[in-house]
Amino acid sequence: MSDPEQTYSATAEVGQIRRRRSRLERAWIELKKAPPSAIFGLVVIAIYAFFAIFAHWVAPYGQADSSFGAYLPWGGAHLLGTDQIGRDIYSRLIFGAQNTIGIALVTTIISFALGGGLGLIAAIMRGWTDLILARMVDVLMAIPGLIFALMLLSIFGSSTWGLIIIIAVLDSTRVFRLARAVSMNVVVMEYVEAARLRGEKLGWVMRREILPNILPPMVAEFGLRFSFVFLTIAALSFLGVGIQPPTADWGSMVRENATLIQFAKYDLKGAITPLLPAGAIALLTVAVNFVVDWFLHKTSGLKE
Amino acid sequence: MSAANGTGAGAGKGAGKNGGDVLLRMTDVVIDGFSDERWHEIIKGVNLTLRRGEVLGLIGESGAGKSTLGLGAMGFVRPGCRLTSGEIMFDGMELRQMPEREKQKLWGTRMAYVAQSAAAAFNPAHRLIDQTIEASLRKGDLSPKEAEARAIDLYRAMQLPDPAEIGYRYPHQVSGGQLQRAMTAMAMAAHPDLIVFDEPTTALDVTTQVEVLASMREAVEQFNTAAIYITHDLAVVAQMADRIKVLRYGEEMEEAETRKMLKAPEHPYTKSLWSVRSIAKEPETNEDYILQIEGVDAAYGKGLKILHDVNIAVPRGRTVAIVGESGSGKSTTARVITGLLPPSAGRVLFNGTPLPAALKQRRKEQLQKIQMIYQMADTAMNPRHSVAEIIGRPLEFYLGLRGRAKEARVLELLQMIELDESFMDRLPSELSGGQKQRICIARAVAAEPELIICDEVTSALDQIVQEGILKLLLKLQQDLGVSYIFITHDIATVQAISDEIVVMLQGRVVEQGLKTEIMHPPYPEYTELLLSSVPEMDPDWLSNLLAARTGTGDL
Repeated sequence: MSDPEQTYSATAEVGQIRRRRSRLERAWIELKKAPPSAIFGLVVIAIYAFFAIFAHWVAPYGQADSSFGAYLPWGGAHLLGTDQIGRDIYSRLIFGAQNTIGIALVTTIISFALGGGLGLIAAIMRGWTDLILARMVDVLMAIPGLIFALMLLSIFGSSTWGLIIIIAVLDSTRVFRLARAVSMNVVVMEYVEAARLRGEKLGWVMRREILPNILPPMVAEFGLRFSFVFLTIAALSFLGVGIQPPTADWGSMVRENATLIQFAKYDLKGAITPLLPAGAIALLTVAVNFVVDWFLHKTSGLKE
Repeated sequence: MSAANGTGAGAGKGAGKNGGDVLLRMTDVVIDGFSDERWHEIIKGVNLTLRRGEVLGLIGESGAGKSTLGLGAMGFVRPGCRLTSGEIMFDGMELRQMPEREKQKLWGTRMAYVAQSAAAAFNPAHRLIDQTIEASLRKGDLSPKEAEARAIDLYRAMQLPDPAEIGYRYPHQVSGGQLQRAMTAMAMAAHPDLIVFDEPTTALDVTTQVEVLASMREAVEQFNTAAIYITHDLAVVAQMADRIKVLRYGEEMEEAETRKMLKAPEHPYTKSLWSVRSIAKEPETNEDYILQIEGVDAAYGKGLKILHDVNIAVPRGRTVAIVGESGSGKSTTARVITGLLPPSAGRVLFNGTPLPAALKQRRKEQLQKIQMIYQMADTAMNPRHSVAEIIGRPLEFYLGLRGRAKEARVLELLQMIELDESFMDRLPSELSGGQKQRICIARAVAAEPELIICDEVTSALDQIVQEGILKLLLKLQQDLGVSYIFITHDIATVQAISDEIVVMLQGRVVEQGLKTEIMHPPYPEYTELLLSSVPEMDPDWLSNLLAARTGTGDL
């Protein structure tokens, strides 16, 4: 018998055999097993993040610098030419990354703080609190989002913060629903009951008992919601009520240069120009979705 | 009924069954499991032989590899496991090398599996009978009509009420015990050669367990089926098995015929398993009551009244066990005491002063004095908190300990529950069942309570682990002088730990008194049923009991 323990002892009971690893080691193991689509997504996001963060150093010209000739062709001093009032397209693309991604990120964070917090409260308190919050959310969700946002923006005017707050509030409804649904499953656990029996306050129960256990689906949702917010902002900018000039952003860049497409038979490269910001939007959305897919697959416990 | 078969299958347990030919022979079977990025051996080269008509009991503590071996006998491994080496010969076929599609033809038709949780094993969207006959239809030797007729016969053999009709119900329309028997019927439907029972009665009440055991044993004998019976309950295995194999850490410790194994176990580990029910406590009482429940009625929502005029008194420093089957209001009583469910009438006195009915009105000191330990340690601890955080929180919250002082006290508590400092930064998922429950005990003790409510704290654990936990609780009571309310349906636990017993039935207290009084005749009718249903470590216990109950001497 290879087993020296002949009788029972509490420390010798068979638990899950596991080696201690730091967070970094575990992340690295996961990363090595990630599918190519997720790797692609991560690389794309990293590149975008790099350009967004270091826009001031990477971009050759300022985003509002219109000191050049209008509609200059590709090549030479202007890699991707200039637009209708002589601003460097390449520089504006880079600054657009900073502005659009930055605003979308802030908006998503606010919508998660708001929707997630209220969702948790609704799940813990139940009863009237839950009922009132859920019905308010139902009302907000009943109105088509883009149209509602358009209306609000035309009432309050489109300042950057106005844009952020309006989209964050509208988007927080979906976050609320998810947060409420996943925490409902956690709230009924005995450890939450144990915390209540101990006399813990609402804040502790939310932060320490429930939040860590709903984090994986919430993180996945964060990626997804970010994509949608990003698309909404681009759409609003395209319609002219989003991010206002001279701030560069991809939605309005598509609108401003859209007419160039008509001249494709004279200048093919020029005609591609309005498609570049559109492509940038599409690529980031796809990349984020790849990563979210992988993450959801990991956390939902599905095995192939 | 044993005469129905006539070929010696009903000849009685442990006697003369070696004449059947070998159905299953496992040689040096090794099964690996993948976890933590590596392959680990779960089963380390086990041999197993099973003859037709024979029942083999597999016992061992959790993590011993019982279920893995039981499934392995069918050539099946759970996802994340693999059959590494060895030979599994089932009726002349080698299962380890057999392609998955071939094995699938055997599963359900020639081998069947009865899981611990029948509720999880039935598809809620289909009628019982459709699921029962599925395998027979797949086997293809019966028409649907014939298969249904056979299923109804099996329901009758399983002593299900109204056998002709019950199959047309959905799983949620029958009780847990009935579902477990329906599942056995489902396993038997295609007349398989081998059935693997994986803890089929663990989730049941003792009173229900007796019925299920009896009908399983009878069905196995009637059809001369070979069976592997996996359990951690020694008394149950003594009723069911012809031979017993003891597993530990994936290795065989000992195998012998049931009677021999019970009488003269050889291996020290087996001996320690057998000595489990050795705790005995002299009951004492006390006129100084720490908790008094007076005339409590309680209801969920508006209509459903659960408790009717419940009166219970808990003497200081003593243990009161509340017993009764599920649905008798035991746990609801606990919820009233803790304030989770304010009573609709009556009051709860703690140290002579009434406690506020609702949790929110209670002060921190009042909450501190009453702590609770749950049945499922798994769900009672936050999976994202480390052991140090779990035990440390009440220290910080009630006693204001921080930093070094807190850490020192956590360590002290860990030692008190017979664990060491290597457990400090583990997560609950890295602990065994017994260790988890110990951590829960430490968390309760950390608050320095006067009363601890233990809600079925040992019923999810193996017997040997149970004994460890009960001993620990007794020791803590001696050292700290806490009082316990012990909610359980396990009479053996009650015997071991209690001073006084409260018997509950359908939300009412049937009787309360000293253990010695309650456990001695004359009993009220219900107490009698409850007490007589507890399996004993005597292989003839079930037969004798059934004989006594039917009053005829033969089934």
